[in-house]
Amino acid sequence: MKILAVCGMGIGTSVLLKSNAERAAQDLGLDADVEVADIGTARGAAAGADLVLTSAELAAELGDLPVRVTVIDNFVDAEEIRRALSEAVSG
Amino acid sequence: MAETSLSQLLPVEAIVTGIEAEDWRAAIRASGELLVADGATTPAYIDQMLAAVEEYGPYIVIAPGLALAHARPSAAVLRTGMSWAGLATPVEFGHPQNDPVELVIGLAAVDHDGHSGALSRLARMLGEPARLRALKDSRDPVAIHEMISEYEKSEA
Repeated sequence: MKILAVCGMGIGTSVLLKSNAERAAQDLGLDADVEVADIGTARGAAAGADLVLTSAELAAELGDLPVRVTVIDNFVDAEEIRRALSEAVSG
Repeated sequence: MAETSLSQLLPVEAIVTGIEAEDWRAAIRASGELLVADGATTPAYIDQMLAAVEEYGPYIVIAPGLALAHARPSAAVLRTGMSWAGLATPVEFGHPQNDPVELVIGLAAVDHDGHSGALSRLARMLGEPARLRALKDSRDPVAIHEMISEYEKSEA
């Protein structure tokens, strides 16, 4: 599954999302490829993705996408990201 | 080439606690001044960190009480580095879930992933509520740096 982690600057929340998402995918036994994009390039990058992870403010910025967008509230909580992935897979 | 460790990216000189900040701008400025003093960035980076929040909102408040102040890699970044600005009084950033902020981590990076190991490690360390509480309550930068080094050793 292709996951896109979107953040504002490309070095902060996206890095955390990527590392937590990769770990969560591993824990769940999922074959996932996680990419990072900043808000400027995210719409284009989202084209090939199965799941977009981002914060509430940026999700609003992204607007409607034909891809599932999951908002993450706590970027240091590995459990929240694991849940997002597992829901995306089963949902 | 091995990535720089968290305890090297965040030296004890870049850790300060008990900072009085009257608003979110002052709080971010405090974390930025530590990056400048440490030689990681020029003062222009502080304006970039503030502009990021002005443009995108307080998405940098990444967990309850915790903000990660940062901006894009730019000419204002001299090398990858981090800072720790513990606030004396919690400050509102306007985040719907995670306000008020007690700790601002400043982050400057020369590229998009050279610091990912160190940042992920910091996140794992701060992801444990009891440990985060202890770190936020500490008024001793040396003790905080010690905890970071110990955590790093424990993960190695």
